[in-house]
This record gives sequence, structure tokens and C-alpha cells, in this order.
Amino acid sequence: MSRARLRALLAALLLACAAGAAAQAIDPLPFRDHAQELRFQHLTQQLRCLVCQNETLADSNADLARDMRHEVFRLMQQGKSDDEIKQYLVDRYSDFVLYKPPLQPNTWLLWFGPLLILAAGAVVVAVNVRRRARAGASGGDAADGPAPDNNTEDDW
Amino acid sequence: MTPELGQLALILALLLALAQSVLPLLGAWRGNRALMAVARPAAAGQAVFVALAFAILAWSFLHFDFSVRYVADNSNLELPWYYRIAAVWGAHEGSLLLWILILNVWTVALAIFGRNLPEAFAARVLAVLGLVSVGFLSFTIFTSDPFARLLPMPMNGADLNPVLQDPGMTFHPPMLYMGYVGFSVAFAFSIAALLGGSMEQAWVRQARPWTNAAWGFLTCGIVAGSWWAYAELGWGGWWFWDPVENASFMPWLVGAALIHAQAITEKRGSLRAWTILLSIFAFSLSLLGTFLVRSGVLTSVHAFASDPRRGLYILCFLAVVVGGSLLLYALRAPKVVGGKPFAVVSRETALLVGNLMLAVAAAMVLLGTLFPLLGDALHLGKVSVGPPYFGLLFPLLMTPVVLLLPLGPWLRWGKGDGGLLKGVLARCAVAALACAVVAAFFVHGEPKAILGVAAAVWVGAGVLLYVIKRWREMPRGRRYPAEMAGMLLAHLGVAVFLVGVLLSESLSVTRDVRMAPGDTQTIAGYRFRFDGIKQTVGPNWHAEQATVTVSRDGRPYGTMHPQKRTYPHDRVQTESAVDAGLTRDLYVALGEPMDAGNLQGAWALRLYYKPFVRWIWGGGLFMMLGGFVCACDRRFRGKRVAAAEGTDEAVPLPREARA
Repeated sequence: MSRARLRALLAALLLACAAGAAAQAIDPLPFRDHAQELRFQHLTQQLRCLVCQNETLADSNADLARDMRHEVFRLMQQGKSDDEIKQYLVDRYSDFVLYKPPLQPNTWLLWFGPLLILAAGAVVVAVNVRRRARAGASGGDAADGPAPDNNTEDDW
Repeated sequence: MTPELGQLALILALLLALAQSVLPLLGAWRGNRALMAVARPAAAGQAVFVALAFAILAWSFLHFDFSVRYVADNSNLELPWYYRIAAVWGAHEGSLLLWILILNVWTVALAIFGRNLPEAFAARVLAVLGLVSVGFLSFTIFTSDPFARLLPMPMNGADLNPVLQDPGMTFHPPMLYMGYVGFSVAFAFSIAALLGGSMEQAWVRQARPWTNAAWGFLTCGIVAGSWWAYAELGWGGWWFWDPVENASFMPWLVGAALIHAQAITEKRGSLRAWTILLSIFAFSLSLLGTFLVRSGVLTSVHAFASDPRRGLYILCFLAVVVGGSLLLYALRAPKVVGGKPFAVVSRETALLVGNLMLAVAAAMVLLGTLFPLLGDALHLGKVSVGPPYFGLLFPLLMTPVVLLLPLGPWLRWGKGDGGLLKGVLARCAVAALACAVVAAFFVHGEPKAILGVAAAVWVGAGVLLYVIKRWREMPRGRRYPAEMAGMLLAHLGVAVFLVGVLLSESLSVTRDVRMAPGDTQTIAGYRFRFDGIKQTVGPNWHAEQATVTVSRDGRPYGTMHPQKRTYPHDRVQTESAVDAGLTRDLYVALGEPMDAGNLQGAWALRLYYKPFVRWIWGGGLFMMLGGFVCACDRRFRGKRVAAAEGTDEAVPLPREARA
């Protein structure tokens, strides 16, 4: 399918989704047991409805989402593991379907970014605290004199 | 004719905003008192004209003036009057107007209550607020005119999105905007301080109640939005890490950090630069939040291209505000390390660690929210970032905060008492462990629920022990000054919130079921019987309404009526039935008939049992209350700004002088 046609199709699906967006997806399926139902709920909450603005497969009422839910259910009945099911969907719909992006070169920034910021911030805080502590120590503890009484309202 | 008056009022307001910003800045620079004195009357005049414009738009809604495009797009003849008022801020143009109105309310309040600020400083603060107003007013007038006409005039309007026709959604935007805009006060204080080159502790003391109040409003807005999503969307969730939610959560996180940083700066004089930087970030993220939600860029980066003028304006405005203030910061921020020294074990260090974690969490949320847009724009491939990402990283980042929280009030400024702290920690740990063991029996060994109980008791015990200590040791009337009471309330709110989140997430039961009339389903000991469907009508909708009878242990418990409403233009909206309780919610949502032709046959229903879910919003309300109570402290209002400069904190308050 050409890109333009794919885009047109997505646009049409998006409209279909928007029309029903306010009604939630209530989709009783014949689960084997309660454990399987829980597994299904957990799995579909990590997958994205491809045509909605920002809805999980579990929540979306779009036709495509319903079809994909049933696909997940079918694969589950076949005894496929969660990872296999995710891989199956990624092969068809790309990483876009996963709400938890896999760790790969184009998501390094996403996964390691917060860590880097934290590390940099921690260094700055540590340096500052040390400097302040030294300033306090070398200043002959002039600031505290008798230990400040935490009970007074004004020092609080 | 009337809508044109509204437009005229907006233009006059813009001119006054220009006067309010340019003249006092010049005056403060040249030392010209006459020019500085322009700020207050200009702010008052601007507020009058903005209020007039807002009233005219509301009037157009109330009188069904469909010749105004905005009114025609967002209301119709059947819409009840209260939702026609709410429709004023139901879409882009009107919500901008609401933003401007609230900015004017804050500005006027500041002009009134800020009388004891130094003259030049007050002039600069009002001028900065005026500049923000100029930015928003010109955005409204030139790209998003709410009074634009629609010719020929339609006989009836479209509709307010049914999703918004709910009390929660009526209050959510004004509260949220009160919060967003409130941070503009702290921002204006910081910019004025940078411009004037003086970093007095006095201005921080004056800024604190505004920041606390703004944060309280923002908390309230987020709670209202979360409650609305829970009740209205029918998914039973309370937070989706949706970009729209994240947009309001980022300023909240930075605001929480700012509140604590301001406390350090005001009390100890240290961290002035960091406080200023945080004020700039809190307001910048508020701006980003407003625009992210309103520009449509979240739907797709291509929405930007559909109306390039708006997108371009937003980008330029953000660049000027963020870039300009950061540049000013780089040039003028205090270089010397001021303030009192502190030891490694001290309240300052604890607050700094908390600040770091909150700031990193905000950065993480920002990265996760914008990453899909970046990836799309830079052709790195389409990725989705959703709840599993945030849900993994956020709790990790907040763990140190929760661990430090019970110590908060026990730590001393400057140098903490190690022995005392160890004692407190030991008591908190014992209490948390004991409660966790007891809870394990009730929650069937569910680890997340046990963790929730332990974490909440850990935080709560620290706070309550301190409450008891103050009660015992202090004379009546001096036990809990408002500032401290607010802190204790907000920290207690965290404990309540932890119970709500961890217990409801781990112990909830959800079932999608197919039920024919007479069928029953039992979850968590509650027996739900489906008693069929009947038709019902409201002011502007008709609905299929189910009757579900709930019983427990054979005793009747109540009746619930979930609806599936159809609004004009065939827009369908579910209305879930919620039976609220302190320890659990029962929640029923109505889906589709299993056989489309037969409404009296079987239907798809979703049943929820959600223990302690209400504690989530309860915790939020405690935090909100904490912010407001703190803002009321007399210490912030006194006229002793000039007198109590610097180190002397021991000036008695009038209240204590009496006591």
C-alpha cells in the first residue's frame, strides 16, 4: 500500500474512532479463567490503539482496537506468551503499538535522559552541600552557637 | 453590535496592558515615580475591560447569538444555561480569554495586597505581569478572536463536546488556570528581582503566599480533572499519563519544589539563584501546558501546519518568555553564595534532595511527553510513550522523597540532631512494619498493597508524632502556626494519597460481562443483578438507562443506574454509576447491546470494585488545603518586610504578644 493511501485509511479510521471516543470499550470475552482475564487486561493496557489520539487497546472503542483486542485474545488462546504477542503486533504495526518503547538507539535519550539529569543534579547538590558544610565548619560554627531550638515558632 | 464591543474592550485592554508594562519599567529604570505610579491604575483598567469582554462573550452564549462563530461552534438551543456559561471556556478562544481574565484577577489582587512592597519593585512586578498579558491579549486578538462573526448566521449551533458537559469539567479549567496563572506572580517577582539586581529575602517572603495559593489551586484543578476522568470516561482509571494531564502535572511538580525552595531562601537566605530559576521554570511549564493543550500539537505535529499563524506565535512567545528570562538569569543571577551555612544532616539538605527529585521527575515527564513529537518531527520513527514508561520511572524517582518525608518537620535548619532523627526513624519504621504485617492478612498478601500501607504509615507516623510533640510541648495558641499546619496537612495528604494509589491499583477488580435481564455477577462479595433497560431523557439528551441492583450477603445494598446518553448530532457519551464509599467504590458502566436490534436483551457491562480509590482525591484535597492554609500565615502579611530584614527572625507576632 502506498504511503498516501495508508495515510488516507488512517485518517478515515481516526474519524471513526473520534465519533465513538466517548463510549468506552466494554468487550466481554470468553476467558478460560480469571487468571487469563487478568493477563489480558494487563497486556492490553500496555498496547496502544493505533487510530486514537491516546488510548490503550483496553480502553479504546474504535473498530480497529476491537479487532486487535480479539487478535490478542485469539493468540492468547493459542498459548502464545505476552512477549510473542507483542512481537507479533510490532511486526505488523511497528513500535508505535507499544506504550513502553523498547530500549534501542532511537529511544536511548528517552530511557537514559532522566538518569543523566539525575546524575548531573546529584553531583551539583552534593558539591553544594559539601561546600556549605565546610563553610559552616570553618566559620567556627558561628551560625549555630547554642544549637538552634527547634521548638520556637520563629526558627521553625 | 455587542460582540464588537467585546472586541473593542479587548483592544483597549491590550493598550492598557502595554502601558502597564512599558511605562513602569521605564520609571523604575529612570527613578521616575510618576511613571511607576502608572502600573496600578493601568492594571485596574485592564481588568475592567477584560472582565467586560468576558461578560460579553458569556452574554452571547446566554442569548444564543449564533452569529458569533465561537458561540455557534460550542453551544446550541438545547444546551442548559449552566453549560452555556461553562462553554465560554469550552474551546480554544474562550479558554484564552479565561486565562487572561484570571491573570487580571491575580494582578489586581497583587496591586491591592502588595502595597508594602518597595515602590520600584512593585512597579517592576506589575510591569512583568503586564507583559505576560500583552502576549496573551495579542495572541487572542490577532489569531484567536472569540468574537469573530459567522455569516450567514446558522439557525442552531453545533454542540459543546458532551464530554465537557459534566460538573467536574466545568470547574476543572478555571481551577487549573488559577494555578497556572498564579505561578506568574512568583515569576514576576523573580524577573523584577533580576531586573532590579536586588535579591532581598523580603521579596521571597512576599512571594511565598502567592506561590502556595497558586499551587493549591493547581492541585484542586488536577484533582477535579482526575475525578472527572474517573467518573466520566468510564474506564475507571484516575490518571492516564496523557499529554494533556502531564501538561498540568509538570508545573505542579516544579511548583512543589518551588514552595520548598522559597522556604529555604526566605528563612536562611541560601539558594536564591535556584529559587529564581525554579520560578522561571514553573511559569514556563504553565505556559507550555496551556499551549500544548490548546494548540492541537499533541494530536499531531501536523496540526501546527493547519493554522501556522497560531503555532508560530506560540513558538515565538514561548521562545521570548523562556529564552528571555533565562538570558536575564544568566546575566543577573546572584553569583555569590549567600545565606547561612548548613551541615550535611540538616533541613536544607533534605529539602535540596527533595527539590532535585521533583525537578528530575518533572524533566522526565517533559521528556516522555515531548519525545513522540520529537521523534515524529525528526523522523526517528514513531514511538508511543505511555503509562508503562511513566509508571515505572515516576515511583522510582519519588521513593527518596517518600523516605525523607517523615523527617521533614523534625530536621533543624542548619544542623540536624542525629540522635533525635534516628529515634523518629526507628519509631516510623516500627509503626510501618507493624501495620504492614497486620495489613498482609487483609489484602491476601498482595505485595503492592502491603507496600502502600507501609509507605503511608511511614509518612503518616512521622507527621503525627510531630503533631503530638507540638501539642505536648507548646502553649495553647502557639502550637501550630498556619505555615506549619499547612505543611503537616500537605504531608499527611501524601500518606492518604499513597494508600489510595497503591491499594486501589493492587486490589481493584474489573470485569467485562455480558448480562441479560435477571443475570447476576458477583465480584469481591458484591452481587450485581441486571434488571433491564429503560429509556430516559434529560435537558439535551436521551439515554438508555440500566437498573443494576446490588446486594451483599443476601441483603439488598442499593440500586445503580448507568446510562448511555445520546446528545445532539448523535454523539454518544456514557454516564457511569458510582456508589462511592470511604473504603471502596462500586462502579458500573454500560456498554453496547450484545444484539444491536434488541435493547431488552443482553448488554455488555463493566463492573468495578475499587477499594480506597477515593483516598487518591482525598490526599489531593489535603495537599490543596495545605497550600491554602500555608498561604494564610500572618507572617507573610505583616508590614515588617523592611524591619525584619536579614537575620533577625525573632520579631514576635501580634498574636503571640497577646497569648
